Amino acid sequence: MERRTFIKIGAGTAGAMLVPVFGNAIAAEELLNPMATSAKKALADTAMDAARKAGASYCDVRIGRYLNQYITTRDLNVQGVTNTESSGVGVRVIAAGAYGFAATNAMTPDAVANAARQAVAIAKANARLQTEPVVLAPVKGVGEVAWATPFKRDWRSVPVKDKAEMLIAANKAGLDAGASFMTANLFQINQQKYFASTDGSYIDQDIHRLWAPINATAVDKASGKFRSRAGLAPPVGMGYEWFDVKPEHKVRAAGGVATLYRGGYDIVEEARNAGRQARAKLSAKSVDPGKYDLVLAPENLFLTIHESVGHPTELDRVLGYEANYAGTSFCTLDKWESKTFKFGSLIVNFSGEKTTPGSLGAVGYDDEGVPTKRWDIVRDGVLVNYQATRDQAHIIGEKESHGCSYADSWSNVQFQRMPNVSLAAGKAPLTPDEMVKDVKKGIYILGRGSYSIDQQRYNFQFGGQLYFEIKDGKIGQMLEDVAYQSNTQDFWNACTAICDERDWRMSGSFFDGKGQPSQVSAVSHGSSTTRFNGINVINTGRKIA
Amino acid sequence: MQQLDEDQSRRICERVLGFSKADECSVAIAGSRQGNIRFARSGVSTAGLNEDRRLSVTVAFGKRQGTATVNEFDDKSLAQAVRRAEDIARLAPENPEYVPLPGRQDFKASAEYVAATAAIDPDYRAEAASHAILAGRQNKLITAGFFTDVTGYEAIANSKGVFGHRAYTNLGFTCTARTEDGRGSGWVTRSAVDAQRFDAREAAAVAIEKALRSVDAKAIEPGRYTVILEPAATSEIVGRMFGAFGARQADEGRSFLAKKGGGNRLGEQLFDPQVNVWADPWDKDVPVSPWDAQSMLARRRTDIIRNGKVAALDYSRYWAQKNGAAPTARHGNMIMAGGTKSLEELVAETKKGVIVTRTWYIRMVDPQSLLLTGLTRDGTFYVENGKIKYPIKNFRFNESPVTMLNNVDALGKPVVIGGDEVPFQMVIPPMRIRDFNFTSLSDAV
Repeated sequence: MERRTFIKIGAGTAGAMLVPVFGNAIAAEELLNPMATSAKKALADTAMDAARKAGASYCDVRIGRYLNQYITTRDLNVQGVTNTESSGVGVRVIAAGAYGFAATNAMTPDAVANAARQAVAIAKANARLQTEPVVLAPVKGVGEVAWATPFKRDWRSVPVKDKAEMLIAANKAGLDAGASFMTANLFQINQQKYFASTDGSYIDQDIHRLWAPINATAVDKASGKFRSRAGLAPPVGMGYEWFDVKPEHKVRAAGGVATLYRGGYDIVEEARNAGRQARAKLSAKSVDPGKYDLVLAPENLFLTIHESVGHPTELDRVLGYEANYAGTSFCTLDKWESKTFKFGSLIVNFSGEKTTPGSLGAVGYDDEGVPTKRWDIVRDGVLVNYQATRDQAHIIGEKESHGCSYADSWSNVQFQRMPNVSLAAGKAPLTPDEMVKDVKKGIYILGRGSYSIDQQRYNFQFGGQLYFEIKDGKIGQMLEDVAYQSNTQDFWNACTAICDERDWRMSGSFFDGKGQPSQVSAVSHGSSTTRFNGINVINTGRKIA
Repeated sequence: MQQLDEDQSRRICERVLGFSKADECSVAIAGSRQGNIRFARSGVSTAGLNEDRRLSVTVAFGKRQGTATVNEFDDKSLAQAVRRAEDIARLAPENPEYVPLPGRQDFKASAEYVAATAAIDPDYRAEAASHAILAGRQNKLITAGFFTDVTGYEAIANSKGVFGHRAYTNLGFTCTARTEDGRGSGWVTRSAVDAQRFDAREAAAVAIEKALRSVDAKAIEPGRYTVILEPAATSEIVGRMFGAFGARQADEGRSFLAKKGGGNRLGEQLFDPQVNVWADPWDKDVPVSPWDAQSMLARRRTDIIRNGKVAALDYSRYWAQKNGAAPTARHGNMIMAGGTKSLEELVAETKKGVIVTRTWYIRMVDPQSLLLTGLTRDGTFYVENGKIKYPIKNFRFNESPVTMLNNVDALGKPVVIGGDEVPFQMVIPPMRIRDFNFTSLSDAV
């Protein structure tokens, strides 16, 4: 489930700091000085030693420094710049066959040793209600290693003034093009994560992510009508070079209805198009409800993949660990065991991975110290695997974890989170324009809109940002009030065509929520433009008194 | 964790204000201890304790602002924080919408702190979880749930004379019970300031009873039905509407409260006359902070909807100044008037209808009409001639809270509901609503 709580991340985290910084201020310079690796190793060893002495059979230590910066602009004003910083240590242990976890923001040997002992005490207390002991898939210790997001330009070294000017320029372009109001925001994340475990790993990682969502709103005061068009560009796991756009980064949507982005982002151009299209939405035709062939751009399909494929194949949901909150799953173990469960049509292939450069999920090692990899989840339409962590791998007969453990903070315990889950490109040559030629009565949908799915991931309803009528092989007028409803299995079995590798690109979810207490995670989902035949479209237009 | 009292908070705030050389300065202190226990598959899965404190100082030179935060409260750290905030402010661009800080406010304390809640320890949490786990096992049900408690304090002060200190406690509990074959599911939620008003046994029994009753659900056709919405089912729907009561959005034409031709709909009859909603920081069931920390303004008891008419809009200090209106503090709770009837009595007088325990994954489809979509979950039942006839499959709905609150048939006795995805503590009655729009079926249990 997607949550929109960037500020809450910092505010709800122990030791979080909320520091608005304008210009290249002192605080921003300090952000570039990470803690020495040797000091982190010494702290981790102290915690592991204390845990062992207290009776732990296993211990892992995560030393984290989490830096976020959020810039918000509206029209031609900078409304705020917020820096959050949070540092501390989380210690997870297994004792008496049960997990225990404790965290502290005091980075001293005494404090981390105490946290380790607390974690052991909690594990022993929990063991009384435990029905079966925790079993971890083996991981070979990797010694002292490091991994970093491959980036060319560090967002922390870019003056806030430059960033604010870029956002204001985008807003101005949108206003000039017809928007009544514009917002442009910039989320920037740096996670400095050190992991050590009694398996013999000491892993230092430096992770960077960016997202620059924009929104154009057009108002017609005479009729009282207003419509918005949000940006179509994805969040990315890369540096500030995301904004150094080159011609090869621009992708032409089918029929030329929009410019899309892969590898670089022209936020000003996008804002101009958003302003123009928000205005055009005010006079778009309200859709006639019924069955349509849907042609879904990756900028729309990613969220459908996230909700209808990513979440139901999380093994902790399948097993019932999320039953009280995020829900369970229709992808039950018996369906996987049958090896014949038709998740989708024959051309549907999904894989999980945390290795694609530029993706939100890309890391070298997960939060259990497992090297990341790629594996199949749906092969030729059949459910073949799940997403698992070390303590789940044995349940599905795997000898090693999939590397899907993640915690959004040093103060939160790590648990199973979604990797990048992507739909493979079609094998036969096919472009979006060629795909549209085969559609008699359809709708072309771009961008993420309203989205909702039930707790076992059967029934969903999704919207979008831009809808265009497809009639007799041609893209026609803009539509509005569109949402598509389906059952997950019906939907993926209605998948009839997938564009080839040339059209494949990733979008992503920056704030995916799960767990209690709730944590957020960021993942990317790739696909090419894809067609689904005979999907139910409803008209969402309403009038209130 | 050291819980700072009013004198300690005041001394720290005065030190910070004394260090500042800026035109204006404000301080906020917050600290809390949050404990939790999570259970699933009829066993404890995780448990934790999170302690935190922080101090934030904001200064302004003219319309240039800067903020810095520390979590050490000694003089050296405080002085350094003030200096850092002033450095940032000198580099900041002018914010054309900056409004000078408010002056002295009258903060009348709310009864937010209960010692019994502050005394909650790991044993208490484990016992709360074990009631649900053991009762579930006795009924051959698989339980999952979450108990969390918080004890904290907050203080605010500024160079114009504002000062406030509060201590607070709260707890929340949710539990899901599912049959071993996955054909039945029930759920319950409880929220309280006072631990003595929370009974884990009673709560777990509700989830268990719903799980046992919900097995073998029948499919009935989607369409418009009279629904009896339990308070938890309604809270997230109406809660989203109260986030859209901003005067600025309405005046600018981009909210459901915008008026055709310009202006807003303050004073208009938008809802059934039975609908009365207000915010009250001193409410005995959902006391909240007597101030809004962002604006530093005192909260007041405010009618939001009176007899179905829009009674108040939220004015930020900037928008109020621009429009010659009084600025308002953002509300911390929402209280909706109801009647005296229990849920069972509402059911007993219903000829045909659907009872909804819980709604799920509610999202905005159209902000123009506040059309929301979402699903029912964990106990949906068909009622005929005043009796629950059988469990039914879950539905997706597409409905606007504005339409819904125009179709009020009857209101029951309100109860306390803690918000999940909405920021308000709420008191909400069970409601019987006509013509609620279910658009499709869901196979999810």
